[in-house]
Amino acid sequence: MYTRILGFAAVAACLAMPVSAAVALGDAAGSYSISPASSSIRFSIGKVGGGGLSGAFARFKGSIRIDNSDVGRSQVNFTIFPESVGTGQGRIDAFLRSDAVFDAANSPEIQFRSTSVTRTSDTTALVSGRLTARGKTSTEKFSAELGGLKAGTIKFHVTGKVLRSRYGMDVGTPIYSNIVDFDMTLTGKRG
Amino acid sequence: MQTSITNSTTRYGWGAIILHWLIALIFIGQFGLGFVMVRLTSQRTAFELIQLHKSFGFMLLGLIILRIAWRLGNATPALPHSVGTLERRAAPLAHLALYAFQLALPLSGWALVSVSMLEIPSLPFNLFIMPNLPLAESDGAESFWAATHWYLAYAGMAIVALHIAAALRHHFQLRDGVLTRMITPSSDQE
Ligand code: HEM
Ligand code: HEM
Repeated sequence: MYTRILGFAAVAACLAMPVSAAVALGDAAGSYSISPASSSIRFSIGKVGGGGLSGAFARFKGSIRIDNSDVGRSQVNFTIFPESVGTGQGRIDAFLRSDAVFDAANSPEIQFRSTSVTRTSDTTALVSGRLTARGKTSTEKFSAELGGLKAGTIKFHVTGKVLRSRYGMDVGTPIYSNIVDFDMTLTGKRG
Repeated sequence: MQTSITNSTTRYGWGAIILHWLIALIFIGQFGLGFVMVRLTSQRTAFELIQLHKSFGFMLLGLIILRIAWRLGNATPALPHSVGTLERRAAPLAHLALYAFQLALPLSGWALVSVSMLEIPSLPFNLFIMPNLPLAESDGAESFWAATHWYLAYAGMAIVALHIAAALRHHFQLRDGVLTRMITPSSDQE
């Protein structure tokens, strides 16, 4: 009886403790919806002679489900609305929205549906999935690192490289690199 | 010793002739390309054609520098005696203006891309990086150079049209050898 109470107290203490740097993925089990307000999806594309083009998508939605018994069965889905692209240069934004790149009028969504999640360490995982943009689907890999977990909120830092030529968006190569570097902070709220 | 590569005081040599027609072709082509590329609805094609326009523009700049050097190092063939005083005075001025436009057009285009806030690098024919001119970037400067480039293009084409009309007049109305001597050096004219 005494040990059971002690054990319960220990678990309670753990739950109450604010999570600092490293959190184990297994502890995060549950379903989350991505909160755009505390998330960001940024990208950058290098160009010849140095420098590059960088921007972000202001509007997107998505969900994260972490399977307790088998992290590999976890799922990450998100949808980006390319109309919301912003680079700080209105003319470049208009170009990106146009038929030259996203063709946002005819293809208003870019979708990612994960197909597998492979744990690479206590706090990191490799997420593979199907990325669909402008009617073309291809397999892409992103690395996700758990950045924090507290009070029903989970935070991931997700990075990955995508070849834009796969989606019919290779305009401007080789002046601008074919590789798009993604850098996302995805914050999920439980429920 | 005179070869038919260089000019003599009576005729153009192959050097001047080839440069003239190569540049004439690209210059008029550049105008057509420039005119079309800013009026397309496909942003993708527009982007690619603007890069092509820049590539040919830089090529033209190189050819024109070569041409001016060639011109300075060569004799200038005199006009046939039959040509009247007015034309004799006007022709060198018209040619000088053509040289000025040939230089000013690529330079203003280069300035335009150099000052643009879009900072799109120039990679002529995807071969090498052409650096920008050392000018400060701003939207205002870009509008200025775009307008300058536009006026130069239209004014340049107006002078080219006069130039072509003059060449055709020499050939069909005056029936002197002025047009043919720009086609082959063998038609020597005295
Ligand atoms: C003889 C050489 C050239 C000719 C005849 C020429 C002619 C033209 C013409 C007719 C236009 C369209 C203007 C309009 O209707 O709005 C244009 C636009 C343009 N040219 Fe050139 N050009 C030359 C060289 C260059 C060079 C060397 C560059 C750059 C390296 C350049 C860059 C541009 C750009 C960026 C535009 C688009 C301007 C805009 O967006 O309004 N051009 N050019
Ligand atoms: C396609 C139409 C053209 C025709 C039929 C034509 C014809 C001629 C002829 C016959 C001459 C020789 C004049 C003389 O003997 O004194 C000449 C000279 C010249 N042309 Fe053209 N031309 C054409 C296009 C152009 C263009 C587009 C340019 C430049 C933008 C140009 C620039 C010049 C210059 C600078 C000279 C003087 C060459 C010198 O003596 O240094 N021409 N052209």
